[in-house]
Amino acid sequence: MQVPAPFEYRRATSVEDAIGLLGELGSSARVVAGGHSLLPMMKLRLATPDRLVDINDLHGELGYVRVEPGEVRIGALTRHRELLESDELAAVHPVFRDAERVIADPVVRNRGTIGGSLCQADPAEDLSAVCTAVDATCVIRSAGGTREVPMADFYRGPFETAVGDGELLIEVRVPRRPRGSSAYEKVERRAGDWAVAASAAALWLDDDGRIADVRVGLSAVGPNTTAIEGIADALRGREPSEEAYAQAGAIAAERCNPVADLRGSVEYKRHLADELTRRALRRAVARCRGEG
Amino acid sequence: MTTLGTRPLDSFADNDQKPVGYGRMLRKEDPRFVRGLGHYCDDIQLPGMLHMAILRSPFAHARIVSIDTSRALAHPKVKAVVTGADLAEKGLAWMPTLSNDVQAVLATDKVRFQGQEVAIVVAEDRYSARDGLELIDVQYDPLPPVVDVRHALDPDAPVIRDDLEGKADNHCFDWETGDAAATQAVFDRAEVVVSQDIVYPRVHPAPMETCGCVADYDRVSGKLTLWTTSQAPHAHRTLYALVAGLPEHKIRVVSPDIGGGFGNKVPIYPGYVCAIVASLVLHKPVKWMEDRSENLISTGFARDYLMRGEIAATRDGKILAVRTNVLADHGAFNGTAAPVKYPAGFFGVFTGSYDLEAAYCHMTAVYTNKAPGGVAYACSFRITEAVYLVERMVDVLARELDMDPAELRLRNLIRPEQFPYTTKTGWVYDSGEYERALRLSMETAGYEDLRKEQAERRARGELMGIGLSFFTEAVGAGPRKDMDILGLGMADGCELTVHPTGKAVVRLSVQTQGQGHETTFAQIVAEELGIPPADIEVVHGDTDQTPFGLGTYGSRSTPVSGAAAAMVARKVRDKARIIASGMLEVSVADLEWEKGAFQVKGDPTRSVTIQDVAMRAYGAGDLPEGVEGGLQAEVCYNPENLTYPFGAYICVVDVDPGTGAVKVRKFVAIDDCGTRINEMIIEGQVHGGLTDGVGMALMEMIAFDEDGNCLSASLMDYLIPTALEVPDWQTGHTVTPSPHHPIGAKGIGESATVGSPPAVVNAIVDALAPFGIRHADMPLTPSRVWDAMQGHPLPPV
Ligand SMILES: Cc1cc2nc3c(=O)[nH]c(=O)nc-3n(C[C@H](O)[C@H](O)[C@H](O)COP(=O)(O)OP(=O)(O)OC[C@H]3O[C@@H](n4cnc5c(N)ncnc54)[C@H](O)[C@@H]3O)c2cc1C
Repeated sequence: MQVPAPFEYRRATSVEDAIGLLGELGSSARVVAGGHSLLPMMKLRLATPDRLVDINDLHGELGYVRVEPGEVRIGALTRHRELLESDELAAVHPVFRDAERVIADPVVRNRGTIGGSLCQADPAEDLSAVCTAVDATCVIRSAGGTREVPMADFYRGPFETAVGDGELLIEVRVPRRPRGSSAYEKVERRAGDWAVAASAAALWLDDDGRIADVRVGLSAVGPNTTAIEGIADALRGREPSEEAYAQAGAIAAERCNPVADLRGSVEYKRHLADELTRRALRRAVARCRGEG
Repeated sequence: MTTLGTRPLDSFADNDQKPVGYGRMLRKEDPRFVRGLGHYCDDIQLPGMLHMAILRSPFAHARIVSIDTSRALAHPKVKAVVTGADLAEKGLAWMPTLSNDVQAVLATDKVRFQGQEVAIVVAEDRYSARDGLELIDVQYDPLPPVVDVRHALDPDAPVIRDDLEGKADNHCFDWETGDAAATQAVFDRAEVVVSQDIVYPRVHPAPMETCGCVADYDRVSGKLTLWTTSQAPHAHRTLYALVAGLPEHKIRVVSPDIGGGFGNKVPIYPGYVCAIVASLVLHKPVKWMEDRSENLISTGFARDYLMRGEIAATRDGKILAVRTNVLADHGAFNGTAAPVKYPAGFFGVFTGSYDLEAAYCHMTAVYTNKAPGGVAYACSFRITEAVYLVERMVDVLARELDMDPAELRLRNLIRPEQFPYTTKTGWVYDSGEYERALRLSMETAGYEDLRKEQAERRARGELMGIGLSFFTEAVGAGPRKDMDILGLGMADGCELTVHPTGKAVVRLSVQTQGQGHETTFAQIVAEELGIPPADIEVVHGDTDQTPFGLGTYGSRSTPVSGAAAAMVARKVRDKARIIASGMLEVSVADLEWEKGAFQVKGDPTRSVTIQDVAMRAYGAGDLPEGVEGGLQAEVCYNPENLTYPFGAYICVVDVDPGTGAVKVRKFVAIDDCGTRINEMIIEGQVHGGLTDGVGMALMEMIAFDEDGNCLSASLMDYLIPTALEVPDWQTGHTVTPSPHHPIGAKGIGESATVGSPPAVVNAIVDALAPFGIRHADMPLTPSRVWDAMQGHPLPPV
């Protein structure tokens, strides 16, 4: 058994209470949500926070998926499993279910949360790319009030986010736009493993069936790949086609910055950025057309 | 994985199936395991028990300049801190390994691998012990490490083992087998010769339960009790006596329930010795349980062979000779667990299942700055490596000859009438009907149809592969004239007592780690005596309660201790027969044995059951002349030869051409382990071994960076397969009993681990045939498959 260093433990009773505790304890405190990123790091003594503020009792306040006419609101403490099982969410943004099927394993999914995933900001984490592709906004609250931060500004690089001391991520908002769909493609070495590479694509068609907009985010292929720029400009106004997907794939491969490790060579990961982007776009288009 | 829904119901035992002897039967031990009531080392709690943690080296190779333990000792809950220097004062800083090398218990001069034991902290609880480690200050002077085994013997390579008198290089040993000249002669005249470099990467047994112990020295009685995760409690006890100078009768080693061993729990680890020392010094029970990372980085690894294989054949597919040159990475200390005369284990069976004219192997083993070990990881002493080599080489040859790999194997398998068959490296295979097993596997898999389907898919650009392997195992070590571990012969004792009411207790020297001994051994005795298995208690794992023997590894339990159990039961039966003759007032020769009862020949109405005889053996009244009361016996079984299980496996894979991801679609395993005792247990062993093999083929490897840092220190980094990576296993069998084994049983524990990796790799390489690839090394992760498809398959070193 791996055992963490000593720490103090507080259990928040409400969002207000959590924010109060975080404000009081300052930078020595860390929030614990599902604990599936934080606790392993503590057991390996890679993280040694002095104090933990446990927010798991706030599931009533922060655990929800609400599909509204203009947007989808997801509470920060919504578990992976709840995202996976939400039919409503899958109907409007299928990329979430695609991704959740291949995030970790049931044990981790039962506890791990969307808030923890985004705040952890691991470059191999899946939901940052997904949320960026669907153009989500994060709602962050502190004693001073609430602010909304788009994903592009929320994710600041590996293990760094816009959430500061005394702040809590409380909600993720995903806009709904017509004639759009999305998909996620991931290669892993084994079920439950982190991605070798993954691609999230969201795509919207215009009335003529041409590409109105497209957003692609990649995972595990570099420090800043949650949004791949340039693909929308290259594809906008074009018919969805293999050529268009290939061009998007080529841009993805070029704009990523993978490193070689046991999961794969640089060449391979670049290849996957290309291949998986094509596959994700192909699937998103099929879904837009009601074929998927 | 097979689901209940898809399996024929008769393949299960139900609670009403209670064979008196061999047959399908639910495992006797499972009620406690499935309810979470197993009792493992870490479940042991003793009054006043302290906890130990180990400080490990962050460097692969470094000189220890100084160790300051004062801050750790100042921790209010820390009871003791011990360093290598402290142990050196007691002459305990070094200990022998299972291969007659020495290994540091706690480093004194240098650290030689990342994760090596440097100091221990003993504290009131596990958390404080771990906190204490943070308070020890060690000054290291880093040295260049030897990581790439291919450069270990370079003249300028840093010398790792400068502790050994006069050691000026990293050479560990050289070994050869077969006839070099005869083999060269065959290669010289052969029409076809192919060679291939093949790596079997370093892998880890990774048992679910990590290693650990509770050492309890009782200063009143002077007795040391050690509860420990050991596959070989008796061997461990004797070694503690020899090493630490403790009197052997004052040592009790107990292996409670063990959560998987796979060879990882054969060696004696520094942690055990340290816990014993701590208990001796502090007069308190001391518990040590390593964590997952410690298990992966410091305990016995397996494999790590770089092999150059060569095969010689005629154009029409007669295999003539196999030759190989092996570079073996033994890590910082040679901790291989193998019989003394076999430094490379039983790698000599690399001649496989084929009738050859010649064979030769030369091996060089070297030291590197990596963890020691080289244990049998479900490999029957390196047979995994040997079978992988020959089965890959046969496929390489098939490609060269443009011949179907099944056809090539059928043409070269040893024929039934050739048994007992002496291989060109001197192994005497006891029995086999190889062609029958291979044909059965082909029928079961629908081999012809699969090849047709493959052709169709290939035409569509899909990558489907079919891989075969045919293996011969050599298990049940071993005859004491040839085989010993550190001077201890490999014969196994067994004791059997039948109580007055006919219930029996059988005491074994082997120890189970999940294989179902409590069931199998009860069934063996039941078959011989006719006492129901439920009435037979199997006692094992406690040196105070069981006879001497060398433990469980190399699939030796059924071949050696299983034979002992049958023999001891027969000895009891012989005595029972004499008593029965007295009871029935006929001569012994007039009695017939019908399982469970003696009856007078020709008069079935006159009979006595074994239970009647047991009561009589202890009861009032005279016994026949010369017969002592009681009904018990003991034996020590010395195997005449190894046993040679075999099997034919077929694997079907699909490879995603865009990503290189491999899906194992189908797997057929035909096994022949001779007489089958409990089909369910056999199938369980096969399922586990096949899963293991898929893991090795697709994902498992202990990797290092160039500084010697272990990159596989957690189960997030060292992957083992899940139910989702394996197909619905299709198992089947043939039965070719071993002629010299008392019940004809050959052992099944490691067959599937040995046989499956080549089947999977052969299937993947077959799928990649359109890319002109002949070989790709494990682990075949998507990236490595894709690299191979691009024409540059890389060795995993
Ligand atoms: C075996 C295993 C496999 C995994 N595989 C994958 C995978 O394939 N893909 C993947 O994406 N992830 C994977 N994960 C990670 C998993 O998804 C984690 O659960 C997730 O990344 C973190 O969520 P959590 O709720 O557990 O966060 P925690 O571990 O509780 O917290 C993570 C970090 O976020 C902070 N935090 C949490 N919630 C908030 C909040 N509301 N406001 C501010 N800060 C907050 C914490 O302080 C901490 O720093 C895996 C984990 C494991 C253990």
